[in-house]
Amino acid sequence: MTRIDDKVRRVDALEKARGEAVYLCDMRLPGMIYARLVRSSVPRARIVDIKLPELPEGYSFFSAKDIPPEGQNSLLMIAKDWRCFADGDVRYVGETIGILTGPSRAVLKTLDESIEITYDEQEPVVSIDDSLALKGGPILGDDNIHCQLVSEKGGDIERVLEGAARIFEETVETGFQEHVHLETNAAICTLEDGHYTFYISAQCPFYVRKSVAGLLGLKPEDIVVKQTTTGGAFGGKEHFPDVLAGPLLVAESYLKVPICLVFDREEDMLYSVKRHPSKVTFRTGVDKDGRILGSDINVYYNVGAYLSSSYVVLQRGVFHANGVYNFPATRIHGYGMATNTFPSDAFRGFGAPQTLFAVEIHLDHIAHALGVDPVEYKRSYFLKQGDETVTQGHIVEKVVLEEMLSQVAQKSDYFRKAAEYKRGSGRGIGMSFYNHGGAFTGNGEQAIIKAHLRLVKDGGHYTILCGQTEMGQGFRTALRKIVCAVLGVDMDDVTYDNPDTSKVPDSGPTAASRSTMIVGRLAEKAALEMKEHLGEDHYEVETEYEHPDGHPWEQATFKGDAYLGYGWGAACVELEVDPVTNEVHVLGIWSSHDIGKAIDELIVHGQVNGGIIQSLGYASMEKMENKGGHFRQSSMSDYVVPTSMDFPRQEWGLVDNPYEWGPFGAKGMGELVFNGADAAYIDALERALDTEVHKIPMPVEDIEAVRRDG
Amino acid sequence: MIKFTLNGRQVSFEGNPLTRLIDVIREDLGLTGTKEGCGEGECGACSVLRNGHLVTSCIIPVGAVDGDEIVTIEGLRDTEQGRCIIESFAEGGAVQCGFCIPGMVMAAQALLLTNPDPSEEDVRLAISGNICRCTGYDLIVDSILLAARKGRGLW
Repeated sequence: MTRIDDKVRRVDALEKARGEAVYLCDMRLPGMIYARLVRSSVPRARIVDIKLPELPEGYSFFSAKDIPPEGQNSLLMIAKDWRCFADGDVRYVGETIGILTGPSRAVLKTLDESIEITYDEQEPVVSIDDSLALKGGPILGDDNIHCQLVSEKGGDIERVLEGAARIFEETVETGFQEHVHLETNAAICTLEDGHYTFYISAQCPFYVRKSVAGLLGLKPEDIVVKQTTTGGAFGGKEHFPDVLAGPLLVAESYLKVPICLVFDREEDMLYSVKRHPSKVTFRTGVDKDGRILGSDINVYYNVGAYLSSSYVVLQRGVFHANGVYNFPATRIHGYGMATNTFPSDAFRGFGAPQTLFAVEIHLDHIAHALGVDPVEYKRSYFLKQGDETVTQGHIVEKVVLEEMLSQVAQKSDYFRKAAEYKRGSGRGIGMSFYNHGGAFTGNGEQAIIKAHLRLVKDGGHYTILCGQTEMGQGFRTALRKIVCAVLGVDMDDVTYDNPDTSKVPDSGPTAASRSTMIVGRLAEKAALEMKEHLGEDHYEVETEYEHPDGHPWEQATFKGDAYLGYGWGAACVELEVDPVTNEVHVLGIWSSHDIGKAIDELIVHGQVNGGIIQSLGYASMEKMENKGGHFRQSSMSDYVVPTSMDFPRQEWGLVDNPYEWGPFGAKGMGELVFNGADAAYIDALERALDTEVHKIPMPVEDIEAVRRDG
Repeated sequence: MIKFTLNGRQVSFEGNPLTRLIDVIREDLGLTGTKEGCGEGECGACSVLRNGHLVTSCIIPVGAVDGDEIVTIEGLRDTEQGRCIIESFAEGGAVQCGFCIPGMVMAAQALLLTNPDPSEEDVRLAISGNICRCTGYDLIVDSILLAARKGRGLW
């Protein structure tokens, strides 16, 4: 019998380590052929002409004109704006124009290279600044704004700032980040029992069917989606699999044979969604004692050509723009800007990391200017239970940031080192604080998702049925463990397989750090009910999401409790900069997190380590540039992610702070652990070099300039 | 015709000698435990042993391994050494999405063959050509150290 605190082995560890787990690229179906997407090579243009080479027998090409009259050329993500196939014009490099299919991948590549597309090109809009300046004329409406929102608290910010003794103005920028899930995007479309059926590496199988059904004028339930073992996702497989599934479905409607599309690494780097680049401006007023009166914050995200989930990403960015701090007054205005770059989309943290980074280093800079230790300065603004949030809601839970700070400060010996290491000495230590709102924004879980989960008992065996996916984060193990711990049975007594939309209820997307907190809770409730029926040979329980009381939210005005609860974090980084080469040697990484309660400590350990390293990569080496609409980094040799040699062993810790509405007291944690180490790293770097950094990434090659110019 | 030993068995290949070794392993011989992560020798997901040394099979033409001994995850997983590494990976929490893991197991084996009692630094160096995007490496390093301890005498 497995208890919640028992050490268990991940249920998928052996099959993966033995090389037996079947990823999409390992599948071979009888009669299967291959596909290749034909993409635009320019960022903004009218398509004048497409000249196809003569296609050998068995090869086909499909494009917008092949969508049947009852269908629509759009993918339904949140809005219906992303076209399945470009038609008439192209809006970014890599936009799907058509799909080539046939038996040989090598032949498909050659055919792709011999397609001649004539464009009438226009000047592309690449950056946030280009977009604000309406470079080359607007590309969306008359202002290039995909979406915007304002959150205000504490009265008229202009009047608050008028009363300030000093105003700190600053702009902070962050870059693109590529997911680099080791398994590239991949899908197969086939016909099974008369249904269009996908095998797909994806986070959200129900999203896929909803998104593509309209292409053929079908209903979502006419399409079956089966998730295959997913080799990493990080948000990169939240909506993006739809972009593979759409063209495959159109081709399948003609060909009726299994069609397989697997991106190679170059395609996955150049032609997939990225983390939104951001620009955040602050005007923060302080009184004569240096106390913050209020902050006027503008948040700009580079959304790219299509909206996908960017409005929700932007909301999260705005709602996290005050960090973990209670400022008396804030006005936060978020803008999602249209550009001719590949649409930006979900990436672990979902809009929160950009603003959290910005506010952290902004406070570092204010503290430095005031001559006080940044940690002492920040802690005096820590949010507490009952405090008003930037959306005029309240922090409902107990906040234990002080405990986390002391845990991290003790392990790292922060206060001694911070006093001892002189600014500019080449050695520095920095600390950051962060949080992450769990699950969907506001009442989204109730209004939009309405998650369901089913638990079935057959003799002594239990089966969990829900749409949550395992993508590496450990949920297959965690969910089974929750059910085992309630029922008092062993891990082997419970089955929970990769979801198949024809067999499981929709429990919502595997995203937003909601799986454990929301769906784990549904499983806990189902198991509690099941416990009353252990004597029966067959029993089924279906649980439905219920919104906890006391979380008011008004979606139209974005006022109230933006999240059901938050995870909280503190991270500390110590480093040394080589005075000659500018190489940065990280000497120590410490963290503490409040995730309510760990469902499995070893899984949490792995998530903490991985999230922090991804964040340190984001701050330092992961540079993805876009010049003229083209990404400059197209491979793992020029877009560099951390190796085992780049960062030292981490020390990590948790604080116990059970969450009332989570299973066994657990909250979300998958994104939280990404949200803050970047700022600790930059804080340490600034102190080592006695400079100010205003943008990340900050790779070694850019440090010289910062040293020189600040 | 190109002949080499794969997982202890003689195999031959009659196609283009410039075909990548990974394609011969995965497509022609159907052994899909070896993964393609980048196709340019950067990520290590396709790691195999060639005469006991770790190589990335995505940048080796099959013609170059004529006469060599190649071992893939399928050839290692049921040996005593392979089982020890794999068990340690499962016990130590080394596995998340799993896509890099067969390559990591091969890297661990290559290390332990030459250095059965490695330090943490030795392990970090030995897997530095294998990219993992999930774990941040600490638990993989620990799992390899665990395998070395548990399997003392096996290598």
